[in-house]
Amino acid sequence: MDKSEHLRLYREMVVIRLLEEKAAELYQQGKIGGFLHLYIGQEAVSTGLISVRKPEDRVITAYRDHGVAINCGVSSRAVMAELLGKVTGTSRGKGGSMHLADVSKNFWGGHAIVGAHLPVAAGLALGDQYQKNNAVTICMFGDGATNIGFFHEALNLSKVWNLPVLWVCENNQYGMGTSVDRASAVNEIAQKALGYGMPSRRVDGMNFMAVRQVAGEMIEQIRSGSGPMMLEVITYRFRGHSMGDPERYRKPQEVHQWEENDPIGIYRRYLIAENIATEVELNEEDDKALHEILDATQFAENSPEPGIEELTRHVYYEE
Amino acid sequence: MARITMREAISQALWEEMERDPNVFIMGQEVGVWGGTYAVTKGFYDHFGPERVKDTPIAEAAIVGGAIGAALTGLRPVAELMTINFAFVAMDHIVNEAAKFHYMFGGQMVLPMVIRTVGGGGRQLGATHSQTPDAIFAHFPGLKVVAPGTPADAKGLLKASIRSNDPVLFIEHATLYQSRGEVPEGDYTVPIGKSVVQRPGKDLTLVTYSKMLEVSTKAADLLSKEGIEVEIVDLRTLRPLDMEPVLESFKKTNRAVVVEEGWKSYGVGSEVAARIYEEAFDYVDAPIKRVAQMEVPLPYNRTLEQIALPKVEDVVTAVKEVLDA
Repeated sequence: MDKSEHLRLYREMVVIRLLEEKAAELYQQGKIGGFLHLYIGQEAVSTGLISVRKPEDRVITAYRDHGVAINCGVSSRAVMAELLGKVTGTSRGKGGSMHLADVSKNFWGGHAIVGAHLPVAAGLALGDQYQKNNAVTICMFGDGATNIGFFHEALNLSKVWNLPVLWVCENNQYGMGTSVDRASAVNEIAQKALGYGMPSRRVDGMNFMAVRQVAGEMIEQIRSGSGPMMLEVITYRFRGHSMGDPERYRKPQEVHQWEENDPIGIYRRYLIAENIATEVELNEEDDKALHEILDATQFAENSPEPGIEELTRHVYYEE
Repeated sequence: MARITMREAISQALWEEMERDPNVFIMGQEVGVWGGTYAVTKGFYDHFGPERVKDTPIAEAAIVGGAIGAALTGLRPVAELMTINFAFVAMDHIVNEAAKFHYMFGGQMVLPMVIRTVGGGGRQLGATHSQTPDAIFAHFPGLKVVAPGTPADAKGLLKASIRSNDPVLFIEHATLYQSRGEVPEGDYTVPIGKSVVQRPGKDLTLVTYSKMLEVSTKAADLLSKEGIEVEIVDLRTLRPLDMEPVLESFKKTNRAVVVEEGWKSYGVGSEVAARIYEEAFDYVDAPIKRVAQMEVPLPYNRTLEQIALPKVEDVVTAVKEVLDA
């Protein structure tokens, strides 16, 4: 990876962080409705994963999807506009925070029923297998999703049919407020892959370079016909489950400990230590990211609301 | 015109569409090596091969969810759920995913998929395997729900469903597979969302669909011998519901009975009757009656099951009551 690529990916992580912080602010101002699930703390996961996908590789995720959209190449303008319910948003203001998608970027959403997108991911991979596309589907989901039936049906089917899927569990330690050890029969989620005869690996999700390395290896193995695999990424969300989370289930010290492992800080220190970039250069990237988010916010706020005709459009396909 | 069974008609539709379009494929339990639980896909596996006739595990969410994903990539999957009773296991994928994606993602996701399934009672399969929950599925905007009553409609509607760019739940009836009817030669489709008059009459409008078309037709034959001519309107599609032929008929007869196999409460009959009252109240000469299944889970015992299901006599009685009102 060359320097400009490093700087671009570093900036992408900062864009996600700032977009999320801005979104929290707009939510508190009542400009964003519904639920808002922030990705803060988990940026290295999707940035690392998606940095190694090819354009033909499909990405699908759960409802904590803003960062994933950015990594897939969706503009921060379109993401912010969707959060504000504007017609310029990814889903024309009809999806909201949990339902971002951009098919043209091979980003297939944004899914808010826990685990339900896993069988859909298997189907995406089936589509590629059927059409002999040499593509891999990257399906991201939380630790909580591994306790629901959809997970098991999807993993089983993917192995039976040898589908090209990388199953990525973002283990952020909690399904809403219930910790993994209170909800899952095994603490090590990767062990669940064993039941489906599937290779699995675990990686430190706070370390961008580590995620990128492992994901890149697995995606290429799958592309070469290995069949599905599972990657457990150990990570942590610094904010609550959603904006309305009283956080009674974890202690502030625990959050602070993880915050010391800020994935953006880790990547930044790595880039400086390896003499890839200087403090000054990284500060410039921070500034660019800030400008991007200010522009996105302005764009979203100035964008029109969907017209009344949008209400009844797209219930069914229109020729 | 050839006279063939409903099973043959459905089988021909699938076969012809698979020959016509390489993007069409079948996935479901026992569709391949077994040849289909109701023998609809017999011979398909040998002809089209395992890539296009895909046996799945017994995992309904994976079947419907997998079909959704494949449809998103531009394929036209025909996913088979062995019976509609098992559709509840895939309920989330039918109503939360298939019915929502096109709208919720602003039109960018297209789902050209069919879920073929089989409903209905009368075969002593007990409460969990005998249901007619069609109305539940017809409740959701975004989904199309088709339930043919004749071989000709079954063939034409299934072809239309496979060519449709919307998710279609295609409900067959377990006791209609052996029923016979004239089917046009060659390639044809029957439009989704169009009700049709199956039997002309002047005295009363009988609105029905699927298996109850057969029951209603037998009732109409009996009534005809007594000089009562009912007009039968076959809904064929439950969503989007085409009320035009129903209203047109009702404005002529001013009386109606709605016959469905499912439970009466919150059912198809309730919907049709309410629409008639809303849209043709000035033409109402007598209260509309609904003939439906008794409000019990269907029992195994043959006699009790038959009592609970709507029968020819029930239709005859209802028609006479409405005519006498």
